[in-house]
Amino acid sequence: MIGAIRNLGTRGINGLWRAGAMARFFILILTHSGTSFRRFQLTIREVYFAGVMSLVIIMVSGLFIGMVLGLQGFETLQKYGAEETMGVLVALSLVRELGPVVTALLFASRAGSAMTAEIGLMKATEQLKAMDMMAIDPMARVVAPRFWAGVISMPLLAALFSAMGIFGGYIVAILLVGVDSGVFWSNMHAAVDFRYDVLNGFVKSVAFGVAISIIATFEGFDADPTAEGVARATTRTVVTSALTVLLLDLILTGFMLRGD
Amino acid sequence: MSSSPSQSFVEIDNVDFAYGKRAILEGISLSVPRGKVVAIMGGSGCGKTTLLRLIGGQLAPSKGTVRVDGQNIASLDREGMYAMRRKMGMLFQFGALFTDMSVFDNIAFQLREHTTLPEDMIRDLVLMKLNAVGLRGTARLFPAELSGGMARRVALARAVALDPMLIMYDEPFAGLDPISLSVVGQTIRKLNNALGATSIVVTHDIVESMQIVDYLYFVSDGRIVGHGTPDEIRSSQEPFVKQFVHAELDGPVPFHYPAGDYVEQLGLGQPVASRPRA
Repeated sequence: MIGAIRNLGTRGINGLWRAGAMARFFILILTHSGTSFRRFQLTIREVYFAGVMSLVIIMVSGLFIGMVLGLQGFETLQKYGAEETMGVLVALSLVRELGPVVTALLFASRAGSAMTAEIGLMKATEQLKAMDMMAIDPMARVVAPRFWAGVISMPLLAALFSAMGIFGGYIVAILLVGVDSGVFWSNMHAAVDFRYDVLNGFVKSVAFGVAISIIATFEGFDADPTAEGVARATTRTVVTSALTVLLLDLILTGFMLRGD
Repeated sequence: MSSSPSQSFVEIDNVDFAYGKRAILEGISLSVPRGKVVAIMGGSGCGKTTLLRLIGGQLAPSKGTVRVDGQNIASLDREGMYAMRRKMGMLFQFGALFTDMSVFDNIAFQLREHTTLPEDMIRDLVLMKLNAVGLRGTARLFPAELSGGMARRVALARAVALDPMLIMYDEPFAGLDPISLSVVGQTIRKLNNALGATSIVVTHDIVESMQIVDYLYFVSDGRIVGHGTPDEIRSSQEPFVKQFVHAELDGPVPFHYPAGDYVEQLGLGQPVASRPRA
């Protein structure tokens, strides 16, 4: 019993310590971000690896999720003779919630894990130390560009995910169910608010991008410099990112609800 | 070795260093004269690499001073340290080449980061460095396509990309075949002479080191236990140096890791049933 309490305490203290270290790491990233913007091609290169290379998984997932939403929505809406509002259902679900959240989960698995593994392996093979010995700060040259690439890529990918999802919903509604195309779009246009739906979705995706990028770069930088250490760090990135994204989503949604 | 401070590029004076409570170096003093190649030798885990990290400012001594080119490394701020490191080149044990860059880009990396030279001049400089290590033909290859010896030579070319005043080599001979080993050894000597640099080679390869270095220091249990020119070292009677140079099985570095009494542990002389288990 005492052992279990002690174990819980140790885990709690370790968790707090890591959260504190991560916060300090975030401040370090911000103070070392000058190079990422002065030499923007460094950040663009990382946007390619984090963002462009994630396009296929994001677009295909978006399309499928939009189609599933359309099918499930039709099943329920037709009971009330409201299948014309399928566009609204699909668009609001995607723009408000599924777009940012599912993109963030996929982004953490695809790009976040790759970021952690890459930085961790650079540490394990002394590449970061070599860079430091060359009087080039790894925080500025390696970590900060990857962090900003994640922050820039996430909202763009989330927007693309939602667009593909809406297209998937459109395919189901128009081609399979037979909803009128004009009704589909006009209902969607009337119901989706730019400020409360699109902008809030954008804010969520930026927040998720910041969270995932901090976690991914921190775990890589903090990884034990061994094969096992890098593997553990990569796993931690995916798990911690997923939980953080879901918790953040709950908090942000709470703040963003209009209550009308 | 007697050398005045002005003649020494690196001066380590009475340095202690510990990782937590575990003492690594105790009262180490040595000096590396300008233009010379000096080896720091000793068994695995004796603190050789820690010494290099202290000189490079990646670690700070708990006592004593480390001076490079007359400056106390511990007193430098981040900018001062980076300015100092631009005078240094370091070859890491396994090369530490950037795996996402070609051989060419690895060597051009520092030139692009620290200078405003035009790309065609960088190209010429990189090819010259690669030619010096005999690997001009590998410019477009990636580190994963190189053998261990070739990777070490590319890392060597990268270490001297900015014509440093001090070049540090961490186990440059580890894991190399005899040909690669000799090539790396000779290249270290030639580069030092050609650049007029000062070199510190941390190694446990006594045979190769004796051929290329001007002076040797021996480190054991965190202390300097012997030093001298290669000729002085060959005839040294200091027990550790003698054991190390002649690769003797037993001596100050014992063959056996400390353990209890052998006969007692095997339980010889006792009935089989009452013998202790390992």
